[in-house]
Amino acid sequence: MSTFNLPDVGEGLTEAEIVSWKVKPGDTVAINQVFAEIETAKSLVELPSPYAGVVRELHAAEGETLAVGAPLFSVDEVGSKPAPMPHVPDVEDIATSDTPVASEMPGPLVGSGPKADAVKRRARVSRPAPAPATSGRPAPAPAAAPTTPAALADTISRRATELGAAGTRLTAAAKPAVAALVNRVLAKPPVRKVAKELGVDLTQVIGTGGAGEITREDVFSYQAQREAERDAAPTFWSSSDKELDNRIIRTPVRGVRKATAKAMVDSAFTAPHVSIFVDVDASRTMEYVARLKKSRDFEGIRVSPLLVLAKAVIWAAARNPSVNASWVETENGAEIQVKHFMNLGIAAATPRGLMVPNIKEAQDLSMRELAIALNDLAETARAGKTSPADMNGGTLTVTNIGVLGIDTGTPIINPGEVAIVAFGTIRQKPWVVDGEVVPRWITTLGGSFDHRVVDGDLSARFMADVAAIMEEPALLLD
Amino acid sequence: MTQTMHEPSDETLIQLLTPEGERLSHAEYDSYVQDVDAEMLRGFYRDMALTRRFDQEATALQRQGQLALWVPLRGQEAAQIGSGRATRPSDYIFPTYREHGVALTRNVDFPQMLRVFRGISNGGWDPRENNFHMYTMVLAAQMPHATGYAMGIQRDQAGWDAKRLEQEGEAVVAYFGDGSSTEGDVHESMVFAASFNAPVVFFCQNNQWAISVPFHVQSKVPLADRAAGYGFPGIRVDGNDVLAVLAVTRWALERARRGEGPVLIEAVTYRMSAHTTADDPTKYRLSADEEAWVGRDPISRLEKYLIDNNLADEAFFAQVIEDGHEMANRVREEAMAFPDPTLAQSFANVYAEAHPLIQEELKWHLEYEAGFAETAEEEAAR
Repeated sequence: MSTFNLPDVGEGLTEAEIVSWKVKPGDTVAINQVFAEIETAKSLVELPSPYAGVVRELHAAEGETLAVGAPLFSVDEVGSKPAPMPHVPDVEDIATSDTPVASEMPGPLVGSGPKADAVKRRARVSRPAPAPATSGRPAPAPAAAPTTPAALADTISRRATELGAAGTRLTAAAKPAVAALVNRVLAKPPVRKVAKELGVDLTQVIGTGGAGEITREDVFSYQAQREAERDAAPTFWSSSDKELDNRIIRTPVRGVRKATAKAMVDSAFTAPHVSIFVDVDASRTMEYVARLKKSRDFEGIRVSPLLVLAKAVIWAAARNPSVNASWVETENGAEIQVKHFMNLGIAAATPRGLMVPNIKEAQDLSMRELAIALNDLAETARAGKTSPADMNGGTLTVTNIGVLGIDTGTPIINPGEVAIVAFGTIRQKPWVVDGEVVPRWITTLGGSFDHRVVDGDLSARFMADVAAIMEEPALLLD
Repeated sequence: MTQTMHEPSDETLIQLLTPEGERLSHAEYDSYVQDVDAEMLRGFYRDMALTRRFDQEATALQRQGQLALWVPLRGQEAAQIGSGRATRPSDYIFPTYREHGVALTRNVDFPQMLRVFRGISNGGWDPRENNFHMYTMVLAAQMPHATGYAMGIQRDQAGWDAKRLEQEGEAVVAYFGDGSSTEGDVHESMVFAASFNAPVVFFCQNNQWAISVPFHVQSKVPLADRAAGYGFPGIRVDGNDVLAVLAVTRWALERARRGEGPVLIEAVTYRMSAHTTADDPTKYRLSADEEAWVGRDPISRLEKYLIDNNLADEAFFAQVIEDGHEMANRVREEAMAFPDPTLAQSFANVYAEAHPLIQEELKWHLEYEAGFAETAEEEAAR
């Protein structure tokens, strides 16, 4: 079986698209019969078959783009013996074989693509290298230390000979090796200029040009690689011998960062915050969560203590409605708007920055529905797909700072709301139960409230109600 | 104006055989084809048909990755065979890279023409054998060479009388295209040829397209008109009429041999194929433009003439086709079997005569090569 590889039908093309096949497996083809039409960067070309015989296989589909040198179609040539089973080289074969295993026939002159044939070093016979020519003039002395110019010339000459012996298969990939041997950087002046501007040392760049020269893309790609390495390096601290200006990274405040900053300033300096904290024995919440996880109803749904807290906040807000409210300035003076619905905001760190999407009408959701809603919200936020609508109209917010192992903090109220609950980490701590110290699952709840709306006693009652649920989720059944 | 200017139907165009295969008489040029009998006509037909078949095979070989590039000549067979057959063996020819038909008339074997396109040779034949120079890839670079060569002939033949000049005198034919006509080299060559009355015939195959640039962009006047500016005759001939091309070229060569100086021949023809295999003419010209020239095909008009005048029978045409296939198979086989050149061969063409330094380097190289464990045979087999 003979396989025809995609040739370079123009000058220096690297790929072509199969526009149409004019034959199919099983068809008989004659030499020079058009078997396919391909489109290159230069032209639409009909390919004549170099073989006469029966088409065995088409190696690409119409519309597919092939690299020059890739197998195009295979033919069982007329008069040739039935094709043997294709030889699948095993690992050992590849490891020990000197010759390419793929083709037994010499490939086409061109069209073997930019890949060079594997150049292997030829073994020298043991006798000494030819004596330098005797002419009184210094002649090239081959094969001394590989660093001498003569040895270099030797290597180049040998390689040139091998390449010469390989006919015109002197390909782009072989040339850089030669160029590298003579240790001279080939680059056009504009490329050198770019390299200079970027501070790139051209001797460190591997050229991919036709004659091994360094192209503009090579420089950019080297620079990108260098930057990536630099970013990965643990050298955050900048050396003190650099100018101060170069030791400070300036990042303009834009987008989410800017919006967050404005919201926090608006909130912190218009709403007088009061913050209170309470330690809670959340052991029963942990047990409850464990039971939900095992329950068939919650199969496939992620359940966490946050679910219980969310439910507790909704429950507690209904008992203390003033926390689910807004302070609104109107023409007739300020007014307090108490919301008889809960759009429960959940603060989330996203790829785009801090976002507070909310679960609409959370008061109507069952435990299971709420769990699903929390999952969806988290996934959307993580994917960076949170929409502005998701973030509008929040009435009360929960921020889960515990995921990073933090006990508590003083959260800043989401603008337009009057209360926010911070959920600290839950960990085992010594706890006094009935006069005895026992390990219990303890968490700290923090809350910040707009004192214009929510007085101290109200905030305390609200927090106590939330804490009560965390301590005994069964109270939700009331 | 531009439309009629390069159409081969206008009055200034020399034509002996119409596209319909009708023989026209011409007061001035009939005398130059009086010796052309049926056998010669069949020979021209055969030359043109084989050249076209060879062109097809070479194009296929390029598409199969066996040639780096190919330069098709389809449509220009009459211009090449007619002019090539007008030369004497002692005349010297400077071709471009498209003169495969001319090469045939100079006894260059078809497969040899592929060597340079296969990238295994800088030439492919010894120019001294057939007085047919190597293909010149650089546009118009052969033109100053041609004028210079013609000036050399003048010096060699200094003091010859008219009779000897007519019998033994040599001349040069410099081929170029409408694209090259824009090059400075062409201008300089013509200036010098005129100044020295050099025996050179400038033969332009105006195939209407300089790759993608149409002729009317290249020149506002027929190319032949430019000759007047240099002070020698310019003549327009139907380049698809093998008889007219033969007649006109013979006239020009005789004139040059007599020492009357250069002539510019503009053979109006058409490149029916791509500029090279790396070109796609559908990107810059309409198929209607191509179809307009199909009726003026150089081979079919001679075929009509041969048939209408009972100068060739079916057996002849069938034989030509058969010979074409045979030739194509031979070309394919020989081209694929060309040996790859070795580095040692490069030493042979550095100096015309043996040179001590080159000899020494060659010796060193051969010894060095012999220092490898593999033998040359093994390497060749590899």
